[in-house]
Amino acid sequence: MNVELTGVIVTFAITLLLAIPFGKYIARVFNNERTWLDFISPVERFIFRICGIDATKEMNWKQHLTALLTINMLWFVYAFIMLLTQGHLFLNPDGNPSMSPDLSFNTAISFLVNCNLQDYSGETGATYLTQLAVLMFLHFVSAATGIAALVVVFNAMREGVSNKLGNFFVIFTKTITRILLPVSIVIAVLLVFNGTPASFDGKDTITTMQGDTIQVSRGPAAGLIAIKHLGTNGGGWFGANSAHPFENPNYFTNSVEIIAQVLLPIALIFALGFYLKRKRFGYVIFAVMTIGMLTFLIPTMISEIKGNPSITRMGIDQSAGSMEGKEVRLGVPASAYWSILTTVISTGSVNSMHDSSMPVSGAMQLLGMMTNAFYGGCGVGILNYYIFIIIAVFISGLMVGRTPEFLGRKIEAREMKIATLIALLHPFIILVGTALSSWTWVNHPNADWAVKPSTWLNNPGYHGFSEMLYQYTSCAANNGSGFEGLADNNIFWNVTTGFVMILGRFLPIIGPLAIAGILAKKKYIPESAGTLRTDTGTFGIMTYAVIMIIAALAFFPALVLGPLAEYFSLGH
Amino acid sequence: MSNSTNKSLFQKDLITEAWKQSFIKLHPKAMVKNPVMFCVELGTLVMLIVTISLFINNNGSQGSTGYNFLVLIILFLTLLFANFAEAIAEARGKAQADSLRKTREETPAKKVSGSGKINSDEIDIVPSSQLRKDDLFFCEAGDIIPTDGEIVEGLATIDESAITGESAPVVREAGGDKSSVTGGTKVLSDRITVKVTTEPGESFLDKMIALVEGASRQKTPNEIALTILLAAFTLVFIIVCVTLKPFADYANTSITIAALISLFVCLIPTTIGGLLSAIGIAGMDRALRANVITKSGKAVETAGDIDVLLLDKTGTITIGNRKATSFYPAGEVSDEHFMACCVLASFADQTPEGKSIVELAKSKDAKTKASDELLNGAVFIKFTAETRSSGIDLKNGVKMRKGAADTIRKNAERAGHSYSSEIEKIVNSISANGGTPLVVSENDKIIGVIELQDIIKPGIQERFERLRKMGIKTVMVTGDNPLTAKFIAEKAGVDDFIAEAKPEDKMNYIKKEQASGKLVAMMGDGTNDAPALAQADVGVAMNSGTQAAKEAGNMVDLDNDPTKLIEIVEIGKQLLITRGTLTTFSIANDVAKYFAIVPALFIASIPALQGLNIMKLHSPESAILSAVIFNAIIIPILIPLALRGVEYKPIGASALLRRNLLIYGFGGILLPFIGIKLIDLMMGLFF
Repeated sequence: MNVELTGVIVTFAITLLLAIPFGKYIARVFNNERTWLDFISPVERFIFRICGIDATKEMNWKQHLTALLTINMLWFVYAFIMLLTQGHLFLNPDGNPSMSPDLSFNTAISFLVNCNLQDYSGETGATYLTQLAVLMFLHFVSAATGIAALVVVFNAMREGVSNKLGNFFVIFTKTITRILLPVSIVIAVLLVFNGTPASFDGKDTITTMQGDTIQVSRGPAAGLIAIKHLGTNGGGWFGANSAHPFENPNYFTNSVEIIAQVLLPIALIFALGFYLKRKRFGYVIFAVMTIGMLTFLIPTMISEIKGNPSITRMGIDQSAGSMEGKEVRLGVPASAYWSILTTVISTGSVNSMHDSSMPVSGAMQLLGMMTNAFYGGCGVGILNYYIFIIIAVFISGLMVGRTPEFLGRKIEAREMKIATLIALLHPFIILVGTALSSWTWVNHPNADWAVKPSTWLNNPGYHGFSEMLYQYTSCAANNGSGFEGLADNNIFWNVTTGFVMILGRFLPIIGPLAIAGILAKKKYIPESAGTLRTDTGTFGIMTYAVIMIIAALAFFPALVLGPLAEYFSLGH
Repeated sequence: MSNSTNKSLFQKDLITEAWKQSFIKLHPKAMVKNPVMFCVELGTLVMLIVTISLFINNNGSQGSTGYNFLVLIILFLTLLFANFAEAIAEARGKAQADSLRKTREETPAKKVSGSGKINSDEIDIVPSSQLRKDDLFFCEAGDIIPTDGEIVEGLATIDESAITGESAPVVREAGGDKSSVTGGTKVLSDRITVKVTTEPGESFLDKMIALVEGASRQKTPNEIALTILLAAFTLVFIIVCVTLKPFADYANTSITIAALISLFVCLIPTTIGGLLSAIGIAGMDRALRANVITKSGKAVETAGDIDVLLLDKTGTITIGNRKATSFYPAGEVSDEHFMACCVLASFADQTPEGKSIVELAKSKDAKTKASDELLNGAVFIKFTAETRSSGIDLKNGVKMRKGAADTIRKNAERAGHSYSSEIEKIVNSISANGGTPLVVSENDKIIGVIELQDIIKPGIQERFERLRKMGIKTVMVTGDNPLTAKFIAEKAGVDDFIAEAKPEDKMNYIKKEQASGKLVAMMGDGTNDAPALAQADVGVAMNSGTQAAKEAGNMVDLDNDPTKLIEIVEIGKQLLITRGTLTTFSIANDVAKYFAIVPALFIASIPALQGLNIMKLHSPESAILSAVIFNAIIIPILIPLALRGVEYKPIGASALLRRNLLIYGFGGILLPFIGIKLIDLMMGLFF
């Protein structure tokens, strides 16, 4: 066990060692400083020319939002139509069928919003064409959308910017050409050398030792798996995601993937410090987020390593930890570490079945998504954190007797309205969604639907409640992992989660962008001795407390009825 | 009237009045202004309906009728407590204002009818309430001034102790910057004619009373933003409680309406919601207790944000006025002649500086009595801010002038006289030592220099140090030359100074600071201060100042104390801190309330949740009741804190945040665990 724990610590240490220079590099890219990838710039200029983009045109926050929402809308229509007709299109060697309208709707949204809730299984539900041209494409652009939105907010935090917040299309394009593509290529190559398929040949047929003939799904998967992690997407090629031996063949690829998925969220924090020349501010945010992540990781590690007390009582050896739902080649600590990282950031790829996690781990995974701001998704994690900073700045500004200000701009009623609305949205969509499904399950168990509500839950009771809660939480947080065991490919779940995903994606992007844009236009107040600094440990603690308290207050009763009831029922 | 800062917070008559108001304020129209408490009122209403229907028919599914009734009573008390907090704050403010107003009860006024010269025949004795704006009245020794006004003629010593508590009489005179008189003060000597400046019921004090009473009270920007935050928390808990119902159905548990409403009321931030308006009123009340009348709640709050403080040197940084300390005759001018000239030039000068010159000459046995013959028909030249000199034109054609070096020099040079290097040396050495050189000329020929010295107020350095720790930059405004100004600025410890200040310099300085995003406060009294007072974010006019100055500023200081700004800044900061800390406290409380109520809700159907009952409350009913009771009584317990305000300590923003976070955040999590447990133990005796 100690070796495995060391493995986890080493993995995290390598992530940090990579993230700091990467953050510096990202800051250089958006500061238009020289980088070693400058040879790409003719390509970028070519893209701008054929798209008719004037790269020198600066936009204000409203223009940024319009650009962002418009291209997202176009991608949605494109993805929806492609998935709906994939069965009739080319590059479909396995002859998979088209998706139903509700599943297309859900899948298109789910990939568009960087959530990647997969109500289908990749091997049978998608074709090579849609996997590459739709799903992998959305992997790139949805990650770039989040990062571009964040860079706009970075720009707005600068002094004296007013309405000049950069050009959205330039930021967006550079995110892909300078950051996502190059790193994805490196990761994909590493995966291919470790056995991840990258072939267009269709299913392979093998004969097992028992003499049965079985068909093994393959495909050009390595590239998709690389960006699925780098872009905190999480939507895998195969149904079993990173628990599948092709997606995640060994401990090395497991480490590569876990580093890849948290690399950008952490690097972007450092990028903030370098970009704004407020390194201390970046380090404080990193510290708070890391403490937040550890708050969830440590209980998970302990409960997973200890194993299930009911099984211990049966006299069965649990020295390997709670192995139910975990891959033997990866082991308990690496799986526990993955399960928390993938939920605090919005990847949602899995290398073990969260449904089988111990109740405490389940609660921690849920909390990771309920807070959704400890590292968080590509770009959007810091945007969520930004909302909490605004609220923390407001309360602590009052506590020190000064009208609250953040980076030299006063926080007033309008900003508070937006910030509280966004903070409110997350619990709202999660709780209302879960309430709706609970209500349907209780009151209309035998509704005349293709899948009757009474058959939704494989495990009724507390665990069934957790499954429903997890599904909406995962969608609202744009995480996409599932507490499987929920029959989710039907109209009710496809449609409701679809709307939860849209709300959970775009409002938390619009909100921070609007606040930052409004603040940028305000008069800049130079710091004085009376100003509350936001780059101190004290303010870090305040932000941490605000995030935790809001999550705890909003979700405590739900958590009690789900994982906590289960935990206490296990006889602790 | 005495400064009643030491009066107890709750006086009997105030409490009776406040209780009455608590019921009147239950009107939904009044409650809806406070979204948090309005939700409690709705909850109470639902409980009322539930309880009534249980009295009629109780099938047992909602718990016993007595228990429901108890919850109803506690919710109702929560409402009353919150209203009481607001009412007591209002009552205290009103009482304070009333005691000020009492000084101007019906007094006979000697109204001047017609607009001719004063003539006892023309004077009508009328009650003060009949005086209208622009009426003239007349006061002489022994009279109580009937209402606020501005002296149009005469000079008088006035006892203002009724308002300021300060027993030393003050001089008020027509023209100049000390021309205002206040109703209720007493004329001690001489006689004055006064023009009424306000209609009855429209004085600043009346406006302030209206603010306190809530009729014209508007929420400040910070208060609005905080209300939004509290409304958001309330909304979160509406969602939590509404969705809890289907969750409970799923878990096959029935939740009583009483339990659900109790949970809701406990969770929404009733503590700060109930105390919010009391905190705001108490802020204005504290200002009033410091003898400052504010024209809006916002002004007090803005004072807490001040970055730059403009202070007049005289009276604020230095004691009263400069005194003459030495005579420096120049060239061949004899001491004797020089002193005689100085006395002549100062003879008509009633300013303290002028008087001190005569006194100094007297102490040096110089001839201080000018012959009537010499003075007969002489013209006195008054000091103005523009000419920056004063003096006398004798009948025999001799012109004496004394004034600032550059003014006198300009005049001398214009008349063809030189400005000798000797004079320049004297002027510079006086300035460098913090003195003010007053150059004297006879027929525009410079004959010497008088040295005036300032005395810096004891303890002022510490006050500036405190301001610096608050992050406030202090700027001294003085008519002195830059050298003198620099010397005093350094000695007193101010951060910056404006020397040789003309009225527009103040204005420009304020605009410059505001352009870089700073908030500026200043204090002033003269008419030429009015534009700057209006421009400043916080302008405090002295009560003794001109009407124009008082109109322009957003506060009036009854004590005419230039250091009052420091107190006002602290009151403003306290106001925000009290709101911030109580909000934190209120939200932090919810943790314990959850641990009390949530296990109580589900323990019947999920016995394993006993593990969550970490306070070991002895029954679900008592757990819920204890939480609601705690939630209700914490409001009256915190009323004294809300009225007094949380103390401000200038220890730096981060340190202050740490301190308040520890006390009100961490304390706010711990305290209700103890409180609820104690209440539960007491409840155990009955249930």
